[in-house]
Amino acid sequence: MNTTDTPILSIRGLAKRFGGVAAVSGIDLDVAARETVAIIGPNGAGKTTLYNMISGRMTPSEGELVFEGRSITGLAPHRISRAGISRSFQINNIFPEMSVRENVEVAVSARRGTARRWWNIASRARGVQDEAAALVERLSIAHLAERRAATISYGDKRLLELAMVLATRPRLVLLDEPTAGMTPDETQRVTALIRRLADSGEFTFLITEHDMAVVFGLADRILVMHRGERLVLGTPEEVRVHPEVRRAYLGDTDEADEADETT
Amino acid sequence: MSRVLMRALGVVGAAAVLAGLVAVPWVAPYFYIFIATEVVILGLLAASFNLVFGYAGMLSFGHAAFYGVGAYATALVLLHLQWPLIACLAVSAVAGAALALVIGFLSVRLDEVYFAMLTLAFGMMVFGVAYQWRSVTNGSDGIAGFMLTDFAPGVGWVLDDPAVYYHVVLGVVIVAAALLYLICRSSFGQVLRAIAQNPERVAFCGLNVRAYRLAAFTVAGAFAGLAGGLMAPFLRVASPEMLHWSMSAEPVLMAILGGTGYFLGPFVGAALFVLLETWITGFTEAWMLVLGVLLALMVMFFRRGVFGTALAWLTRRTGDRS
Repeated sequence: MNTTDTPILSIRGLAKRFGGVAAVSGIDLDVAARETVAIIGPNGAGKTTLYNMISGRMTPSEGELVFEGRSITGLAPHRISRAGISRSFQINNIFPEMSVRENVEVAVSARRGTARRWWNIASRARGVQDEAAALVERLSIAHLAERRAATISYGDKRLLELAMVLATRPRLVLLDEPTAGMTPDETQRVTALIRRLADSGEFTFLITEHDMAVVFGLADRILVMHRGERLVLGTPEEVRVHPEVRRAYLGDTDEADEADETT
Repeated sequence: MSRVLMRALGVVGAAAVLAGLVAVPWVAPYFYIFIATEVVILGLLAASFNLVFGYAGMLSFGHAAFYGVGAYATALVLLHLQWPLIACLAVSAVAGAALALVIGFLSVRLDEVYFAMLTLAFGMMVFGVAYQWRSVTNGSDGIAGFMLTDFAPGVGWVLDDPAVYYHVVLGVVIVAAALLYLICRSSFGQVLRAIAQNPERVAFCGLNVRAYRLAAFTVAGAFAGLAGGLMAPFLRVASPEMLHWSMSAEPVLMAILGGTGYFLGPFVGAALFVLLETWITGFTEAWMLVLGVLLALMVMFFRRGVFGTALAWLTRRTGDRS
């Protein structure tokens, strides 16, 4: 990264212990605005725990998180979302009984501050409707807008979740295995989409991913985690040839591809 | 089946039901004025409960507390201050909301069964207070012996006449239900439905889920208080039974019977509940047995409730024909 830039996200000595077990320990990372950093590592390396701390789902045991110059360590999820960080989940996290359109509307209305309006009619809230329509268009799921979210395909649900993530107009987006469980076709679609979003210069991305083609295709830098610690941080080229990485991780990508990390 | 035709049928149906309700004192036997009054008031109570349960997804077992406090509020104001009824009802709604705000503040942080148990516990406490605090609540006898006032200053309605009181109740409940419906259809209502399905996602969208739950709980408390305020003059008493924990079960049963996924479901459930109770207790003591069987069947086979099932059946039938 460019050292003259102040980082958008600064992680200092971050650690999370469950009982005596350290899931994450001593993670340092500076993320520059508008870059894409991929976080890789075998299952149990602590990637999701790291995400959970950044997004407020878990409180760090140690260390500090600074976003745009402000400490967000241990804030509640809704405060972190308001601050400008939004995330997706490994397992689709949507409102299954609502239409695709309504799913996005909820997220849009949350950000616009119209969510607390009890005197309007949601289906006629112009501003929210237009913005939600633009988002489903942008993620190419406009043709599914009136479908009940539970009934759309797995890949489309991931896109829907991405639409909800973008609806909060985040500066920093955390994607947790965006292509997990997708067909090769869907994987290609989503990767191209993330590429486009990254190139738009509106967002900074953190991405965890098992698919190395996706990782090397998207990342400006890669953080390799191993047993909760930072193994290597560098450009894709540096990481690719790093002997320790090859030994610890890249050697057994097949196994890692199949398994699904759970939190 | 075109949507326009469907909507037209809905409007015609609603207008017919409304006209029927207005006409009850002129077309039905005298006795049914009382039945209808009870149905309309309990319908509002069940609908207020359903804002919390059907929309926001929280099963409260303490809803009678707000209803009962509303009843005591109106009874006490009538007894001591003789304010016009509309002012009494406002006091009832505020009392219900205030109590719900306090109980909700302590309860909405908990999920599922713990929330249900905590609301039940608070409901029991409120009953205990009403039962023991004799100097104010008159203990087990409750507040009785109050005179009915005018609805509003200078209106001159004779509220002692059951037919007149029924029409007042119907008018107030229609206005209240319209307001409640607006809330359900609003952006706020949409967020409540989202919270019921996935509170975590709502939090990650940037909303304070606890605050939204508390708001829903408090609004529901206001409408339940209003229902209680309408009931006390009708029964001529505000008694501890109205806030007994077993009373909290009634709006739950009515909502499930009618259909929790529909705004009108709880009203239909209240009507069924009261009518069935009246008819069945006419020839057998086993009303609870019949109700139990009915509820078990609803939950096992007709999750959408009577209203939801009928609506789905109608839509399909009319859909087939076109």
